[in-house]
Formats: sequence, structure tokens, C-alpha cells
Amino acid sequence: MTVLPKPTSGALNISPPGILERVHEWVTTVDHKKLGMLYIFSGLFFFLIGGIEAGVIRWQLASAANDVAGPVTYNQMFTMHGTTMVFLVGMPVLLGFGNYLVPLMIGTRDMAFPRLNAWGFWVFLFGGLLLYFSFIGSAGLFGTAGAPDVGWFAYSPLTSRTFNRGNNVDYWILGILVSGFGSMATGINLVVTILCLRCKGMTLMRMPIMVWSMLVTGFLVMIALPVLTAAQVMLLFDRFLGAHFFNPQLDGSALLWQHLFWFFGHPEVYILIIPAFGFISEIVPVFSRKVIFGYTMMVIALVWIAFQSMSVWAHHMFAVGLPPSLNAFFAASTFLIAIPTGIKVFNWLGTIWGGRLIFHTPMLYAMGFIAMFVIGGLTGIMLATVPFDWDVSDSYFVVGHFHYVLFGGTMFAVFAAVFYWFPKMTGKMLSERLGKWQFWILLIGMNLTFGPMHISGILGMPRRIYTYAPDRGLEIWNLLSSIGYLVQFVAIVLFAYNLISSLRNGRKAGDDPWNAWTLEWATTSPPKDWNFNPLPAVKSRRPLWDAKHPEDPDYDYE
Amino acid sequence: MSEQGNTSDKVVTRAWWVLILTTLVVGGVGFFLIVVLGNQIEVEDPIVENFTPTDLFVQPDAEWNTSVLVAKSPETREIRKLTWFVFAIAGGIFLVVEGLLLYAIFRYRRTKKQRLEETGEPVQLYGSNPVEIAWTIIPIIIVLVLCLATIRTIQTVQPTKNDRPENALTVEVIGHRWWWEFRYPELDVVTANEMYIPVDRPIWLEIGSADVIHSFWVPELQGKMDAIPAHTNYWKLTAEKVGTYLGQCAEYCGNQHANMLIRVVVLDESGFDGWAKEQARPADNITSEQVDLGRKVFLKYACQSCHAVAGVSEGTYAPDLTHLMSRKTFAGGMIPNTPDNLKAWIDDPAQIKPGSDMPALKLTPQEIEQVVAYLVTLK
Repeated sequence: MTVLPKPTSGALNISPPGILERVHEWVTTVDHKKLGMLYIFSGLFFFLIGGIEAGVIRWQLASAANDVAGPVTYNQMFTMHGTTMVFLVGMPVLLGFGNYLVPLMIGTRDMAFPRLNAWGFWVFLFGGLLLYFSFIGSAGLFGTAGAPDVGWFAYSPLTSRTFNRGNNVDYWILGILVSGFGSMATGINLVVTILCLRCKGMTLMRMPIMVWSMLVTGFLVMIALPVLTAAQVMLLFDRFLGAHFFNPQLDGSALLWQHLFWFFGHPEVYILIIPAFGFISEIVPVFSRKVIFGYTMMVIALVWIAFQSMSVWAHHMFAVGLPPSLNAFFAASTFLIAIPTGIKVFNWLGTIWGGRLIFHTPMLYAMGFIAMFVIGGLTGIMLATVPFDWDVSDSYFVVGHFHYVLFGGTMFAVFAAVFYWFPKMTGKMLSERLGKWQFWILLIGMNLTFGPMHISGILGMPRRIYTYAPDRGLEIWNLLSSIGYLVQFVAIVLFAYNLISSLRNGRKAGDDPWNAWTLEWATTSPPKDWNFNPLPAVKSRRPLWDAKHPEDPDYDYE
Repeated sequence: MSEQGNTSDKVVTRAWWVLILTTLVVGGVGFFLIVVLGNQIEVEDPIVENFTPTDLFVQPDAEWNTSVLVAKSPETREIRKLTWFVFAIAGGIFLVVEGLLLYAIFRYRRTKKQRLEETGEPVQLYGSNPVEIAWTIIPIIIVLVLCLATIRTIQTVQPTKNDRPENALTVEVIGHRWWWEFRYPELDVVTANEMYIPVDRPIWLEIGSADVIHSFWVPELQGKMDAIPAHTNYWKLTAEKVGTYLGQCAEYCGNQHANMLIRVVVLDESGFDGWAKEQARPADNITSEQVDLGRKVFLKYACQSCHAVAGVSEGTYAPDLTHLMSRKTFAGGMIPNTPDNLKAWIDDPAQIKPGSDMPALKLTPQEIEQVVAYLVTLK
């Protein structure tokens, strides 16, 4: 055995890693924290792109008979906007937070399958890039180059070779299919990690609600995504191998695609909102200085929503002429899902009731989330009444509805989460002043954009029309929506500036800047490679509360 | 240090009960009002028509009102009752929940005093069974009521294949990229984009598509129903007033989805009979040399392979032109049907409607003059 000389601080020439070393470190990493941040960062990057696409849409619709984009570009823009926001923003950002936080919250060192985790991220990223390559790479035989233009749910037979002769639909299929594999990998990883790697004392019913929401999301991903993947493979068969699953001329069914897509699509909506419920359920208690109200019911509601979400898909199809009995069944099922959702909202209210509310930026966003999500939820109940849905389905009323859920809901929760966990991830605080400005501008902007959409929908404006006549009385509402977009744009610029400037010279965060209670705050900011040393052991749902209040610990009451 | 005693627990619980009772009372009163209001709509017919809050939204100079809150048929009247009922319930829940949220935000803000004195944590309340049961059961009741109301309206409004009324007029509605075809099998009439129907007579719609999925939507007369290839949907409406109603395709169907308008022209009985008679007779009638030359152009080029003119050509891919000039618009209801517009259209359809399946046939200006001279005789 050779004896190595003991290095002194001056003897080894350790220079700070250069740019190449750092890139190499991020590209080859299997660390759940780095991968989580990569997910979140790529998601936010795609969020910018999707936001710019929304800008083209709002510019084109700002006045009647406008001509800035034209039908072809416009149709590509709403397709790419929807596809990007659902598959390349919502899922990666939410699963990214799951990736980052779950191992920390359950007190373990990493995800169950670190290399699968890395594979999932890179597959997602390249799937997304493949989709975007269509802008330049999809030159078809018939001058139909460009991005996909079939809408994010790509109804057949519009996607058949007959009606889409270029390759843009193939890019849509392959890009989403490939990134879908990444999501499935992450879903499996989350489930296995949560079920197998919890620290000592962390029973299922002691997990933070955030971890529960990720467990439920993981299961939903595993159940819903394969259906989409299968449907996409069937569509590829139709397009390349002469199959006719979706070709009505040859006894295929145009409606089969809708059933398959929405059997994926509705759980997908919950994949996009359940993690948001998780964020809010962590943030509201901390800034109310109170324990979450009705933990057990919160968990039951999550699981209930997940199960129910698989029996409501045809409420996207009330206007396709299903028999009245089926319409009634899916209406009833959809109404029923309002109950667990209501329970969650009431339990959040119960949590802030009698609390001592501290309005730091994450709490502002959490309150904004509840206020906006309630609006989206209520218009959702209205849409479940089938006859009213015949009136407004596929109109701007629906567009307004799901933007209140996905922007006022999911994205507000994401902003809350970014402000809440940024200190943990980077060790720096985001600027509170900029954050509060951003919140109020965004709140005004989003209501100005998506509020009037309900009215233009009620006035009979279908979605996905690139132009409308000036004699319809739709101009003022569309103009308001477009102005709202600009207001939101200001808020997003503030956010980007805040991220960059705080990363450089933000205030030092310390390990536990919010005086919080879950395990991720028990380690350093940012956490070391192995998260905890030694691994923690817990006795209740709020281990840090127990540590801070040894005279009155949680486990006396659970 | 926190006090987690039973007494404070009770105080908070009591506050909740008060709020829940208030909700019940407010909801009950609202429910009662809606039922009364609902009955009034039924008794005093014109309320919905003459006064709807949606008028507030409509710009004064708007020519068309396609609001889904206006009711011009028994079917929409039935739907509006449910719509207002749901609006009221959702509005009530909105006020209660957002009110509670705002109240809690202002009531339980950390005060400056609390911040400076660094008082300990507030009472930790882990949950309360009666309260949680209450806010599970109340929504269940609300949802049950909504569900029953919904099912009742579905039963009233949605027809199945066998529900065709005896005295109904059948119209086959066929969606095309990007125009509508209307066939009247009982009258032997085919037309495009403008659907003529008689007032006060049930119209039995058999909705289908020739290519991709479209959706037939005329908001004032009926909710939307998808037009699906190789699949027929049955739908029913009865117009109560003479007039013209605007609608359009509501399912994304490609490039020109936005320019796929529907106009429903409701005529009184004799007016409709006269229209149907006119439409059923051939209109092709050579009156001058120019018209004759125009018909020759029409037959010489590809026009006739897509367009039908009764007695002249039999194409079915594009709109039937037998009575072209009886229609006020063309190109999917996009532009007024004038000779000048027809000339511009034939010269290059893509200039007016990019993506349209009608090709520019590169006719000479003279040929265009001739063919339009022929077309304007098709009255």
C-alpha cells in the first residue's frame, strides 16, 4: 500500500471549475436536485416560448378582420401554444419540483432510479426540441412545411394524410411521444421513491401533502400517458402503414381518437393541477403559522380526485352526439369531482382561519391561486351541465375557463413554489419587492386577459378562429384580452429579471428562511449532494415543528 | 408557545357553524328565488327575450347578436332556464367562498404588534370532524340538485334517432372544408351556407360531414352539435320568429375554420313554400349570347366537375350552384354575393379565402366576364 503525501491547501492546484467542467457536470448529473432544476429551468424556458406564441395569437385577434398573422401561422401558433404549455411547461415544471423536493421531504438521498431520472429528463428535453424542429424541418412534399396546425388535441381525421400532407403532424406525434416516455419514467420513479425510500418514522400518513400529491400524480402519469402513447402509435400506423383506426372512410372511427385522447387528457388536467394543490398545501400552513386543517381529508380528497378523474373524460365530448344516458353519466361524474375539490378549498380556508397570516410573495401567490382556481372550478361546474356545454363548448368561454384553472391555478402555484423554494435551491432569496409587484401586475393582467374571454364566448365566439367579422360585437372583449396579455408580459419580464438578479446578488437565505416545518428545511441551502447526513427520523407530519416546540410536539395530537 | 386547548377549538368550530348556516340560508333563499324566477320565465314568455343581462355585453353597433343567453326557440328557452339556474348557484358559491377568503385574509393578517413582539404561534387546529362533514355534505346536496336539473334538461332537449316529430321538416346538414351543405330530401332542394326554414315548424337536422369533424352551431336557435364523417347526429330546433340568424362552425377543421358561417333564414309558411318551389325548379335558362358563352366556359373548364347546376352538371364536391343568386353570400358565407365579388373569386379564390380548395383556373378576363354573366342568371 502506497502512502500518499498529505496535501496541503497550497500543494494541490485546485482552480474553480471552468465552463466546460460545469456544463459537463450538469449534462452527466444523476442528482435529483440538479435534474429537478433542469426540469424547472427548461419548463420555464418553454414557458417563454409558449408565451410568445400566445402573443402572436392575441396580436392577431386584437381587432376584427386583422391580418398580422394569417390563418396558417395563427393555426400553428395556437397548436404550439397549447402543446407547449401542457407537455413542455406544465408537466416538466411540476414533475421537476417533485423531483427536487420528494427525496428531501421524505428524508432520503436521491430518487429510487437516478439514472432513469436523468434519462427521463433528456428524453423530455429532446422530445420538446424535436417538436420545435418542425418549424424548420418539416418541409413536406406539398409545400406544407411548418409547425403542426391541428390543435393540441389533434382530432382525427384532420390528422390523416388526406388532410395533412406534410410532416408537421408526425413531428407533433413523435415529439410528444418521446417526451411522454420521459414523463412516464419520472412518474414511475416518483411512485417507487415515495413507496420505498421514506426515512425512519415517515409513515404514509405522515408524509407532507406535497409528497402525497406527487404520489398520486405519479400514478396518474403511469395510467394516463400510455393511452396517449398508444393512440399516437395507432395514428402513426394510419399515416405510414396504411392502417385505418381513425379513418371513417374505411370503417375506422373519428370518435375513437377523441375517446383515447381524452381518456389521457382528463387525467392529464389533474396531473397539471394536483402538484399545484401540493405546493399550496405546503405554503399556506407555513405562512398562516398553522398546521394544515384536516390532513386526512386532504389526502382522501387527492386520491378521490385521482380515481374520479378517470371517469370524466367524455365531458370534453358532450357535443359529439353521445346518447343522453352517457351524457348524463359523465355530467354526474364530473359534478361529483367538485366535491373533493371543494373539500380542498375549504380545508385551505380552514388552515388560514385563525392563523397569523404573513404575506410574503409565496403566500400572495397561494391566495391568488385559491381565488382564481375557485373561479375556474365554478365555470367548470357550469360546463358540466350538458345543455349549457352545448352552448359554450369549443367557444372562448372554455378558453377562459381552463386558463383560470391552468394559469390562475397551476402557474400561480408554480410562481408560489418558485418564490418559496428558490432559497432552498440556490441559497439566495428572490427579491420580495419585485415579487410583490409581479404578483399584482400578473393578477390584474390575467383577469384582464381571461375574464373577457368568458364574455366573448357567451357572445358566440368559437375558439381557434383566426379572424372574426367587425359586425359581431366581439372587438372590445378581444381588445381587452390583448391588452391583458401585454400587462402579463410586463410581469413575466419582472420575474425573469428577478430570477437573474437574485441569483447573482440575492440576499443570503440560510437553511430555513420561512421558519417552516418539513424536512427539506432541515438541511443546508442548497442541500449537499447527499441531502442529509445522517438520515433523519421523524415522529410526526411536521418534524421541524417538533424540533422547534419540544414542549408541545405534533405527535401528541396526531 | 401554542395553546392547543379544547376551548379555543370550540370557539373556532362555532364560528364555522355560523358561516355554514349563513351559506345554507343564502343558498336556500337563492334557490327559492331561482325556482320562482324560473317559473316566471315559463309564464311570462318574453322576459328572456326582451331583457337579458347579455345585452350589456353587446356593442351597440353590432349587426349580429349570437349570444348564448338569447333564446329564439323552445329548445334554447329550455336550456336558458338551466343556464340561469347554474349561473345563480355558481355565483352564490363564488360570493360565499371568495367572501370567506377575503374575510380571512383581512381578519387574520399578522398585525404589526404581533410582528414586533414576536408573539408565539397561533392555536394549532388539526381539523374538526363536524365541520369537515358539513362542507362535504352541503356540496353533495348542491351537486345532486344540479345533476337532476341537468339530466331533466338533457331529456327535454336532446333527441335520439327515433324522436323525429311527425310534422317535422328534415334538413341534412353536411359540413365541408369550409362551407355548409343543406339538403332537403322531402323537397328535393340542395343549397349551401344559408339554411331556409319555416317558422314554428320543428326542423329535424341530420348532421354529418364530408371530410373532417365540424360543428353546427347557431347560438340563438340551438346548442351545437358536431358534424362527424361516417356518423349521423340527430338534432332538433324550432324557430319562433321570422328573421336571419348567424352561426358558424365550432370545431376546428383546418385553415379556414374561421370562415365557415351559417345563416339560418326563417320565413313564414307561405314564404318558405314559395322559396322551396323556386329552389326545386331548374334555373338554367339561356337569355343571351354572353350567357351561352359563359355556360360553355363553365362546362369547358373544371368548374362543372365540382359544382352542380341542375340540368347542366352534377359535381358534388363543391356548393350546388343551381340557385346561386338566391343566396346573399358565398365562400362559406364570408362575402356578399355580388357579380364583382364573384369575378374576383373566380379569378383567384386564394386572394379572398387562402387555403380554399377551389383552384384559380387562370381564366382570361373575358372568360371571367362570360362565366359570371352565366352565373348571375342562376336565380
